Amino acid sequence: MRAVVGEVVESLSASLERVGALARFLGRLLWLSPGGFLRVRLLVEQVYNAGARSLVIIMTCGLFVGMVMGLQGYDLLQRIGSEDSLGVGAALALLRELGPVVTALLFAGRAGTALASEIGLMRATDQLAAMDIMAVDPMKRIVLPRFLGGVLAMPLLTAVFITISIFGVQLIGVQFFGVDQGQFWSQMRGAVELSDIREGLVKGLVFGIACSLIAVFEGYNSLPTAEGVGQATTRTVVISAVTTLILDYILTALMI
Amino acid sequence: MPTEPADGVPSAAGHDHVADLRGVHYSVDGKPVLIGLDIGICRGAITAIMGPSGTGKTTLLRLITGQVLADAGEVIVDGRDVARLGRRDLYALRRRMGMLFQNGALMTDIDVFENVAFPLREHTRLPERLVRSIVLTKLHAVGLRGAARLMPQQLSGGMARRVALARAIVMDPEILIYDEPFAGLDPISMGVVMRLIRSLNDALGISSIVVTHDVREISQIADQSYILSGGRVVASGSPKELHDHPSPIVKQFMEGQADGPVPFHYPAPDYREQLIGEERRA
Amino acid sequence: MRPSRAIDISTGLFVLLGLVSIAFLVTQITSKEVGFHSDAYRLKAQFENVGGLKPGAPVTMSGVTIGRVERIRYDMSLFKAIVTLRIDEEYNQIPNDSDASILTSGLLGGQYVGISPGGSEQVFKNGDRIEFVQDAIVLESLISKFLFSQAEKTPASQAPAAAPAPAPATQE
Repeated sequence: MRAVVGEVVESLSASLERVGALARFLGRLLWLSPGGFLRVRLLVEQVYNAGARSLVIIMTCGLFVGMVMGLQGYDLLQRIGSEDSLGVGAALALLRELGPVVTALLFAGRAGTALASEIGLMRATDQLAAMDIMAVDPMKRIVLPRFLGGVLAMPLLTAVFITISIFGVQLIGVQFFGVDQGQFWSQMRGAVELSDIREGLVKGLVFGIACSLIAVFEGYNSLPTAEGVGQATTRTVVISAVTTLILDYILTALMI
Repeated sequence: MPTEPADGVPSAAGHDHVADLRGVHYSVDGKPVLIGLDIGICRGAITAIMGPSGTGKTTLLRLITGQVLADAGEVIVDGRDVARLGRRDLYALRRRMGMLFQNGALMTDIDVFENVAFPLREHTRLPERLVRSIVLTKLHAVGLRGAARLMPQQLSGGMARRVALARAIVMDPEILIYDEPFAGLDPISMGVVMRLIRSLNDALGISSIVVTHDVREISQIADQSYILSGGRVVASGSPKELHDHPSPIVKQFMEGQADGPVPFHYPAPDYREQLIGEERRA
Repeated sequence: MRPSRAIDISTGLFVLLGLVSIAFLVTQITSKEVGFHSDAYRLKAQFENVGGLKPGAPVTMSGVTIGRVERIRYDMSLFKAIVTLRIDEEYNQIPNDSDASILTSGLLGGQYVGISPGGSEQVFKNGDRIEFVQDAIVLESLISKFLFSQAEKTPASQAPAAAPAPAPATQE
C-alpha cells in the first residue's frame, strides 16, 4: 500500500518537475523571441518546415472533415426540416471548435514529431553539444527558429483548414444533396460574426504555441540515444493532444 | 622533464600551463568519478589523457570546456577559473577553443563547406570571399578541399572526423581538444589523424589535449601523458617514461594485458559454488 | 543556392494562402457589416420594459437592418430604460414621428428593434428621441391579459361584447 502511494507521489512530483521545466523553457524562448525574428533566413526555413510541408495533410483532412460534416449535418437537419441551416451550423462548428482542434492535432502529428525528432537527433549525435562548445547557443540557433516557425504557421494552417472544410460542406450539401446555395451562404452570413473568426484564430495561435513548445522541449530534453528520440516523438504527440484539448476547454470557457 | 613523485603528480615548476586542474572532485549520483585530480596542460604541447574505459576522461574534457562544474577544486583555463565565468565570458573563452568529438558531430543538413564555415558565419561578419578562402584553406590542411560540397552522410568515418577537425580549427583556436580521435578508424586513417594532430599543433602553435586509449598511436606523438584509473592520476610523464614505469596498473594498460590490477572477471560469487550449488537446488 | 530559393517561394505561397483564407473567412462568411465603422448617427428611445434586448441587436425597418442597438441604460430619475440606437448615416430620412417597437425574431429568437415610419415631413436628427415606443412583449402579461378578457366575456356581465375593449383607436 505504502509502495503504491509512494509511486503516485513520485510520479506526481516528476510531472510537476516537468511542468516547471516546461514553463522555464517557454520563458526562455519568449525572452529570446524578439531576436529570433531578426534571423529571417532561419525563420523562413522553419515556417516552411512546419507550415508549407503540412499543407497537403491539412488540406486533405480539411476537405474530408467538411464533407463528413455535410453528410452528417444534412442528415440531421433534414429530419427536423432545417436543412437550409447547414451552412450556419457547419461554419460555426468549424470556426470555433473543429477547425482549430483538428488542425492542432494534425499539426502535432506531422510537424510536431518532425521538430521533436530533428532536435532529438541533434542531441543524440552531439550536434547540440558541439554547437555549445563552438560558443553558439543551440537555443537561439536551433530551438528558437523552430518554435517561432510553428507558432506562425499554426494560425495560417487553421484558416486554410476551415476554409477548405466549408467548401467541403458546400460540396456535399449544395452540389450533392441540393440544399439551396443562396440559403446556405446567406444564413451563414447572417449568423457568423467577426468574433467567431477571432475565436478560431486565437485558438489556432494558442494551440500553435503549445504544440510547438512541447515538440521542441521534448526534442531538446530527449535522452541522447536512438530510443530517446523515439520516446520524444511519442511523448510529443500524446502530450500535445491532451494539452490541446484541455486548452480548448479553457479558451472556450473564456471566450464564450 | 617533470619528475614524478610516487603518486604520479608532476611538479609543474618551470612550465607554462594553458590549463590546470587542481584538486578536482566530481561525482555522479553519489559515485565519485574524479577524485582529487591534479593535471597541468603545457602550452604548445600535445598532452594525452589515457586510461581504461569509464574513468571519467570525457568528464575531464567537459570540466575544461565548462560544460560541467566540479564539485570541489579549481579548473583554470588561460588564467581564469572556469566555474566563475558567466555565460558570455564562458562563450568568449570557448571561441578560443576547438573540440573534436568522437563521432564528428557535423550538422547533417548542410554540406561540408557550410559545416566548416559555421563558426565563421555565427561569430564573424567576414565577407563571403574571405570566408571561402579560410574554409578552403582549413579543408586543404586536413586534405579534404576536394570534398567541400559533399554532404556528411556521404563521408566515411575518417573523413567526417577530418572535416570536424577543419571546423575545430577554422577560428584559429589556442587549445584543441580531441575526444577519442582514433576510435574506430582503419590504420591508414589513424595515421592521417596522428599526422594532423602533430602538424597542426606545431604549425599553429596551439596546445592539444588528446583523450584516448589507443596507447600505441598516441605514444608516437604525445609530449606529455597522464594515465587515469579509478578517478585518480596513477602515472604521468613522457611516453618513454610511462613505458618504463614500474607500477603494475600502468604496465597492464600500456601493454594491454588482459588481467592484472584491472581484473578480467567482473566480481561474482565462487564459480564452483554457483554451478554445483544450483544443480543441487534444481 | 537553389534549394533555398524554392523554400522561400514555397513559404511565401503558404503564407499567402493562409492570409487569403483568413480574408475569405472574414469577408465571405460574416455579414457584410464589417464596414459599420462608417458614419452613423444616434437616436434614443425610452422603454418601460426592454425584455431580452441586448446591445448589438439589429435595428430594422421593413425587415432591413439599418443599424444596431448601441447601449441600454436605466434612468433612475425617469424610471425607464434608455436605449441608444446607432443608425447608419445612409438612412437619415426617417420621419420624426416614427415608432420603435421591440420585436422578437421568429417564435423564440433574439429580440430586435423595429421602426415603423410615421407621416411627418421632418426627419430625425442626431440625438433625437423617438417618442412613440412599444415595449417588449412579456409572455406572462399577455397570458394574463388574455385570461382576463376571457373572464369578462362570461355571463356575469350581459353587456354586449363591444364593452370590454374599446376598439383600439389609433393609439398614436
